[in-house]
Amino acid sequence: MINLLAVSWGDFYFIIFAGMACIFAVGVLLTSNIVRMAFYLIISLGATAGLFFLAGAEFVGAMQLMIYVGGTLVLLIFGVMLTAQSRFISMKTHPRDWLLAVIVGGSLLMVLLTAAFGVPKWHDEKQVEAAVKQLETADSKTATPLGLALTGVRVDKLDQMDPQLREGMSGYLLPFVIVSIHLLVVLIGAAYMARAKRMVRIIREEESEAPGTSEEEQAPGENQEQE
Amino acid sequence: MAEFFNGIVGLEDATFGYVVAALVHCVLLLHVVAVGALIFIWLERKVSGRIQDRLGPTRVGGKFGWLQTLADGIKLIAKEDVTPDGADRMLFKLAPYISFAASFAAFLALPFSDGWVANNINSAVFFVLAVLGLEVFGVILAGYASGSKWSLFGAMREAAQVVSYEIPLGLCVVVPVFLAGTMNLVTIGNMQAGWLSNWFVLHDPFTFCIFWIFFTCATASVNRAPFDLAEAESELVAGFHTEYSGLRWSFFFMAEYGSMFLVSGLGAILFFGGWNGPVPIMHIIGWADSGGLTGYLANLAGCLNFMLKATAGVTVMIWIRWTLPRLRIDQVITTCLKYCVPLASACFIGALCWEVLDIWSPNHLHLGSKPAYQVNEEWATIPRFPEPTNPGIPESGDVYENGPPRMPAEPGTEPIDGDTAAAGRVSDNKLFTSFSQEDTP
Repeated sequence: MINLLAVSWGDFYFIIFAGMACIFAVGVLLTSNIVRMAFYLIISLGATAGLFFLAGAEFVGAMQLMIYVGGTLVLLIFGVMLTAQSRFISMKTHPRDWLLAVIVGGSLLMVLLTAAFGVPKWHDEKQVEAAVKQLETADSKTATPLGLALTGVRVDKLDQMDPQLREGMSGYLLPFVIVSIHLLVVLIGAAYMARAKRMVRIIREEESEAPGTSEEEQAPGENQEQE
Repeated sequence: MAEFFNGIVGLEDATFGYVVAALVHCVLLLHVVAVGALIFIWLERKVSGRIQDRLGPTRVGGKFGWLQTLADGIKLIAKEDVTPDGADRMLFKLAPYISFAASFAAFLALPFSDGWVANNINSAVFFVLAVLGLEVFGVILAGYASGSKWSLFGAMREAAQVVSYEIPLGLCVVVPVFLAGTMNLVTIGNMQAGWLSNWFVLHDPFTFCIFWIFFTCATASVNRAPFDLAEAESELVAGFHTEYSGLRWSFFFMAEYGSMFLVSGLGAILFFGGWNGPVPIMHIIGWADSGGLTGYLANLAGCLNFMLKATAGVTVMIWIRWTLPRLRIDQVITTCLKYCVPLASACFIGALCWEVLDIWSPNHLHLGSKPAYQVNEEWATIPRFPEPTNPGIPESGDVYENGPPRMPAEPGTEPIDGDTAAAGRVSDNKLFTSFSQEDTP
């Protein structure tokens, strides 16, 4: 009994979260109901967020919850709205698709496993123990360095004495600005696409109307349409 | 606390102590949610009664009917647990627990007083919003799994509502976060210590406006009228929980009232100073931050203060529910996306300008010496070695050609001015040096 209790708490929670992530990931594969799939996916992703919390990366963990749960929610809604033919949707997977998926997924798993076991640091037990000690004593102030790095300061490099290396602490301001402008363009584009249909309809209505219609009469109509 | 429990058993760094410590935190928070729900349901009945010129419950438990909810709870436990034939049984049974667990888990990062928090997360604001978003998932699963068209309608409305309120809610929360320079709720609360002029809601006109936008979106996020489209009892029978009965049904309600308390508490910390009252009695008599019994009593008073503010928020939500008619779904989307998002964006930019231009505000935490862009976490900004030049700005670097980067202040610059802020400052440092220390009442 005491031996069972003496398990390190880090190991204990890691086994719980990792086990949940794996089991429910398999559950996503094995169930045929699309909503249950989404549900298992959420639990699997939530358990992954738990692993992030365990590692002290709370910001990444919360981000995982917010983005993936939101994403899966949309997936679920579209799954229900677009594919509903009977009351509860079930998907039958063709054996050919299974084969293809196993090949793609299996090769990816192989690449990841090779990469994970290929890190020389992780083979040396002393180094691993030292790293684990450092992890447990490290505090979890992860959000501020991330934010500062995005706005131009690498906090982790403040101690850097070498002037040449200090230039590396300029952070990721340029990529951040590029990505945000890109996203802004996408947003405006999406808004424009959503409006386009309505404009086309107005134009068609204009065309179908008598050719003599003046512009003064149409302008308020267009405004009403937009509101 | 975990070390303490491990010490009893005589083990070091074992799971046992951590599990017991976690259980203590969880049981305390569970009581906040469950007892809170009991009180708020009673309050809802009394307030709605008064608004409709009735008395509300009067008989059970004495004069004010204050045991009414307990009686209802016993009735609900005794009710039969019905599952419809056409339901997806597993999801149907699980959905209430998902809602409740999400609402409950968000409390883990909510401080009740200075340092009285189950887990002092560095990015607590973000964590609370992310976990609160999970509650919706339970509602949608319940609506889908019931196998009833009313429930499915409710779930779909809820989904449409979620995508509309989350954006303005996030925008509103950002404003106090950048004023405080941190996402840690304990630090944000401590920064507003002092008189009520130090509250962020009174920082400038824009923060005052944005609080009301926050409150609107928060009401939408907990499915309260006028945003209660998912249940809409006059149109959809009871919406997503039409098919539920007994204790499972009551789990949805505990989740709802728990979330109400949570968002009200979040608003109290972000805008109304959290546990720092309108009058800093505990600071005047010198009990705050004094440690020992007086420090504990000061924290207890702060906790009561916080509870009072959050309860006031819940009461306003109840008041709104019994006053305003329900919106249509297109009106909800219009309100959130067409009005709240532009308003919140305008207030965001306005508050930003107010801070950068250093315009006068009654909240004198930021006046003068603290640059608006400074991050309020010293470990991240003050360099750990002396250097002649400003350490942050690299001499060469084409990234910054278009303007100076937002840098931490020079070493030695005091980030916060004023006596009232000193308390918050001290406890801030205390928090980060003894980070793993989790003290709960």
